[in-house]
Amino acid sequence: MNVGVLYSRIRRDEKLLLSELRDRGHEVTKIDVRKERFGIHEPPAAFDGVDIVVDRCLATSRSRYVTRFVDAYDIPVVNEPETAAICADKARNSLALAEADVPTPATEITFTKEAALESIESFGYPCVLKPVIGSWGRLMAKIDSKDAAEAILEHKETLGHYEHKVFYIQEFVEKPGRDIRVVATDGEPVAAMARTSDHWLTNAARGAKTEAIDVSDEMADLVKRASDAVGGGLLGIDLMETGDSYTVHEVNHTVEFKALNEVSDVDVPAAVVDWLETRARNVEVTA
Amino acid sequence: MADETITAEDPITGDEIEIPADVEVGEIIDSPITGAELEVVSVDPVVLEEAPELEEDWGE
Repeated sequence: MNVGVLYSRIRRDEKLLLSELRDRGHEVTKIDVRKERFGIHEPPAAFDGVDIVVDRCLATSRSRYVTRFVDAYDIPVVNEPETAAICADKARNSLALAEADVPTPATEITFTKEAALESIESFGYPCVLKPVIGSWGRLMAKIDSKDAAEAILEHKETLGHYEHKVFYIQEFVEKPGRDIRVVATDGEPVAAMARTSDHWLTNAARGAKTEAIDVSDEMADLVKRASDAVGGGLLGIDLMETGDSYTVHEVNHTVEFKALNEVSDVDVPAAVVDWLETRARNVEVTA
Repeated sequence: MADETITAEDPITGDEIEIPADVEVGEIIDSPITGAELEVVSVDPVVLEEAPELEEDWGE
């Protein structure tokens, strides 16, 4: 098959994916979205001959738009644009999980700093303030006091992009120094790792220690339901342990898997390409 | 292949630097001289440019 790979930066993750595709004899068409012009009727020539497109855009804004355009061209794209739109926005992500009855941290959004402060006070301290758009744990604030809340809210309202005026406030979950990342394809777990840190943020991108863990039946059930809630695809589902259960705090749609691949016995890029091949075959059958 | 290296010009210092031979267009490498992120914009021949600064919506 000819796999179009949308990108603007080739990370280690994309390199693993490209190598696996080429090793299996697939044709790869790398499409640098920074260089293309996307019309509303016809795809750019770079898409000629591709059977399926994989969105690996690093920039969420590009990912959201380009998947929508590729879908409009009737070219199969993973992940699908609605999945990208939901996962790119933490508020929509939380809503989708809640609507699907997937356990997720209590969350509110507000549009003014006054309402945000009311929300923070009602959650109590500590609580968490996150940007609705963003990743790698950036611009996340664990708020320990009313003084800190007032300062952070004033900074956000004054300095930020308009999306920073959507205040996303969440309960602080007392996790056991780690959270869990499960990479899944259409809800089927590929592999999982725990990310441990002394810091309250446990993103691998922030240097958390990673180790492979087994996926329990309960985790697998939550992963399936969380994946379904956002439309499925190749996803990174993040869970926190709450003592006797789990809560799903986020689903990522352009999931990085290099850290998981390093600690897991599972060949993650191979599993991803297995899934892509199945996806492409299913497209052929239904076309 | 992964351990083989080739040389390319560091766009910041003008020095010849060693980079992995299997680089891809779009890949980012760290300059061994300045530590700056450099983007591979061509592989035949290899041409490097300063990589774009991190933007707010980057991530996964």
